[in-house]
Amino acid sequence: MLKQTGRLALAAAVGFGLMTGAGAAKAETPKSGGILNFVVGSNIPSFDGHQETTFGMIHPIRPFYSLLIRVNPQNPSDPTDFECDLCEGAVPTPTNDGKTYTFKLRKGVKFHDGTPLTSADIKATMDKIIFPPEGVPSARKAFFRAVTSVDTPDDHTVVFNLKFPTASFIPALATPFNFVYAKKDLDEHGYEWHKSNVNGTGPFTFVQSQPGAFVEGKKYAGYHFEGRPYLDGFKAIAAPKMAVRLQAIRGDRAAIEFRGFPPKARDDLVKALGDKITVQESDWNCVLLATPNQQRESMADKRVRQALTLGVDRWGGSKYLSQIAIVKTVGGVMFPSHPLAATKEELVKLKGYGEDIEAARAEAKKLLADAGQSDLKVDFSNRGVDQPYKVVGTWLVDQWRKIGVDTAQRVQPSGPFYDTLRKKKDFDVSADFNCQSVINPIADMTKFLGSAGNNYANFEDPKLEAIYAKIEQEGDAAKLRELVREYETRALSEEASGIITLWWYKINPYRSYVKGWKIAPSHYLAQHLDQIWLDK
Amino acid sequence: MTTTSESSLESQIEDLDAKPSIGEAIVKMARKQPVGVAGLAVVILMIIAAIFAPWLTPYHPEYNDFASMLTAPNLEYLMGTDQFGRDIFTRILYGARTALLVGFVAASVGAVVGMVLGVASAYFGGLFDLILQRVMDVFMAFPLIILAMAVVATLGPGTQNVIIAITIPFIPQCARVVRSNALAIREIPYVDAARALGFGHTRIILRHMAPNVVAPFLILFTAFVGQAILLEASLSYLGMGVQEPTPAWGLMLQGGAEEYAESAPWVAIWPGVAISLAVFGFNLFGDALRDTLDPRLRSR
Repeated sequence: MLKQTGRLALAAAVGFGLMTGAGAAKAETPKSGGILNFVVGSNIPSFDGHQETTFGMIHPIRPFYSLLIRVNPQNPSDPTDFECDLCEGAVPTPTNDGKTYTFKLRKGVKFHDGTPLTSADIKATMDKIIFPPEGVPSARKAFFRAVTSVDTPDDHTVVFNLKFPTASFIPALATPFNFVYAKKDLDEHGYEWHKSNVNGTGPFTFVQSQPGAFVEGKKYAGYHFEGRPYLDGFKAIAAPKMAVRLQAIRGDRAAIEFRGFPPKARDDLVKALGDKITVQESDWNCVLLATPNQQRESMADKRVRQALTLGVDRWGGSKYLSQIAIVKTVGGVMFPSHPLAATKEELVKLKGYGEDIEAARAEAKKLLADAGQSDLKVDFSNRGVDQPYKVVGTWLVDQWRKIGVDTAQRVQPSGPFYDTLRKKKDFDVSADFNCQSVINPIADMTKFLGSAGNNYANFEDPKLEAIYAKIEQEGDAAKLRELVREYETRALSEEASGIITLWWYKINPYRSYVKGWKIAPSHYLAQHLDQIWLDK
Repeated sequence: MTTTSESSLESQIEDLDAKPSIGEAIVKMARKQPVGVAGLAVVILMIIAAIFAPWLTPYHPEYNDFASMLTAPNLEYLMGTDQFGRDIFTRILYGARTALLVGFVAASVGAVVGMVLGVASAYFGGLFDLILQRVMDVFMAFPLIILAMAVVATLGPGTQNVIIAITIPFIPQCARVVRSNALAIREIPYVDAARALGFGHTRIILRHMAPNVVAPFLILFTAFVGQAILLEASLSYLGMGVQEPTPAWGLMLQGGAEEYAESAPWVAIWPGVAISLAVFGFNLFGDALRDTLDPRLRSR
């Protein structure tokens, strides 16, 4: 069976043009016209990019909006390649010792309702994201901790003033959730209006949304990138069940799903449709964690946490689990393909990352015995989503059984699961994740800080906070790398306050007539659709 | 003449008292209800599988063995393996434990509580009967699966909560059927006699009325076991029942079975067959029991 799967994967790679990461598509002349139907494995919580964090919003709503800068859609795998969207020319380099960024805006850009875009709109948008009034949610406010103010010297110039120079500012600005709103809309309608209304400067204008069914958009004739978008419109069809999404692509009711499928689904589609299916694959800026709740007596003992991380066979999981789940890459706190990420030589020094799993399990059993927890029972809270949560969860239960830990998996739908994780906190260990969009490693690694809003391990570690404070302001690349290793060792090995399982792996099989889309290391990126065209 | 008549009468009475042995009863039932006996055989087979599972297979139902993942049925793995490399035959055998545990506990509790409430409702009558029956009406207004899902959604998933979720809808069903039988029994003079002798309500209900509604109770009980197995499988399939890695037939149909139905159909087929056989077995046995115990059907 495995051999068959391997052959299918090989066939996909050789016969049907599998591209990995920044793999190059043949240069073809784009054709205009057509409607792109795609499936989305989630419903839309609201249309407001500033407060939402899910692909369920990004995939159908992002095409209506523009950003100040964006990841280059022709090279989305490169974590340093950004281009101007609403700004003009190249992405600016900082002045004032790295503390000032000045952006010149494109002229003649209009919102879909005809309102001209000015720097006041950028300021109003960024103020809402960075300095939201009390009670106004802003999911990525922490990304901009260095920003002190946003100024508008004239109608087409925006200046960001920073407290200290930081490499994380530009990636944070390119985050695809930073939709540019019209100041007029915010002033007239307030901060709630964008949750259910759309007025952007993006390549498509809003046509309609049928909750739980679909969102429809049509080409915006006044779009600021000349000649684009190529599509006449799009229809984002909600289909939470994976089997439905697969069948939609198989039956050509939809051309693509932008999040990702497990390897088996890819193989089935390739087997059924041959060269009518193209596959792109990439490392994914998402990592699945097991978070020990340090409010629980057993998990407050770091020997127990270390035992749990030692008991996980990451290298074996990477080999086998990757065949049935959307996880694959062994990594530390940082996106594995990033230059600052740990090499294998560095990783194997961490607890639980050694290649001798039997030795690791023996050490884990000893630690549990020393902690008086040889008969440890763990209540493992998991999310009721197959990929990758339940699959990896079942694997983890088996991994921990091998060090004598009796784990009961408690699976709940997303709502109650998050309630358990964030409010009730009545779990020993919980499945958890860190999924980010633009690869911004310095910002992304805040997940492991006890003070982070999205850390649910319920602990304080001043030493880890101090290391991060140094990382934030370190300008020297070599020193930065050392500090990141120190941070990683502290979080994953010495304290084991976070237990990384595996990083996700993105596989997108889609109809071959969809052109111009290049896989990114995040399912949030390059979803504006202005680069996509149909070769039908 | 008189002596002969008395002797003949005694002989007839002895004949009436003489009970057939269990073996004779089974042979008699097998002749009259061959399909029911086949159902009983399936039920017995299932019980044997559940009890002797550790001795019938060399594998553990929860251990992962990725080297053998998605292996097609062969002599080593009679029903093949799933995506975690677990032997499906082993999980089917152990899954019978989950099915029987949920089936028997939910059916027993649901039927017994329903019977007591039904008899009590008939015995007391009046306002008590009226209120109790309206409460039962409320519960019976919801389809079985919807009510069970609502209970699990409130209590959370897990074997214990699934049993509670399945038990609750059974209570009004049993109470309603038993009440209609008990209403007739209430009018029989011996109940009045018991009351006249000063027996308490509890004694009259449990000692004098309840035993006389055993026939519908048994029929309902066997039907409930089959229904409970199907409900447990449905809830587990929907992710609201028992959780991985516990072996359970409905759970085996979820996740992997959906993803691999095409390339590894054995992952979906065997648990489906097990559920169908078990429910079929209990239903056939229940039907045969009904035919045997119901005097109106017995002579047909």
